[in-house]
Amino acid sequence: MATSRDDIKFLSNPNIGSTRKKYCRFKKFGIKHIDYKDADFLLQFINEQGKLLPRRITGNSLKYQRKVSTAVKRARHLGMLPYLADLMK
Amino acid sequence: MRNYEVTFIVDPTLSSDEVKATVQKYADMLTASGYDIVHIDEMGLRQLAYDIKKRHSGVYFCIEYKGNDGQVIDKMELALRRDDKILRFLTVALDKFGVKYNEDKRAGKIGKKNREAILAKKKNDEDLDDAADADLA
Repeated sequence: MATSRDDIKFLSNPNIGSTRKKYCRFKKFGIKHIDYKDADFLLQFINEQGKLLPRRITGNSLKYQRKVSTAVKRARHLGMLPYLADLMK
Repeated sequence: MRNYEVTFIVDPTLSSDEVKATVQKYADMLTASGYDIVHIDEMGLRQLAYDIKKRHSGVYFCIEYKGNDGQVIDKMELALRRDDKILRFLTVALDKFGVKYNEDKRAGKIGKKNREAILAKKKNDEDLDDAADADLA
């Protein structure tokens, strides 16, 4: 029988399995306007191929996901973001 | 009163005087049609994400203006489309949040300054971490 150890409280990481609640950053921080000229900011909402990330992953509300998607499409038109890319991040 | 914003990319092979003249031409066109120019933002020479008219880079400009209607847009877009020196353009109507955003941006409340501070801090932390790792090793 192993002696009990005080420094081991849990056998497994208790944080595993409990997912952190996703939230819409625009609602949370009160951002009302998404600038299509700010390519660095929009980079957070596209994957490494330059495709838009789904709401499932970003947690955006529908209202702001639509705005993000318009902004990304405008940025693509102006050559600030690529239409297609390999490993852009 | 309606607010609009036109962003366009000027050919980078032109001399800086020619670039300025091109921008001034469109600014004059707006004022001549009775629109108020709120701000001309020179975003500078940037790398394009993909080639446009066989150019790899372009000089970005953004003119924010306001007027009673949008009559000038057709005229201006036609002129921009016919202009060889313009690689791309985009006209956007701004809502009240957009106008507010641009004001705040000009006042320096939004954007680069804060972000650079955050990035610098992050980098500093990483450097510290690296230094700590180096010490451990």
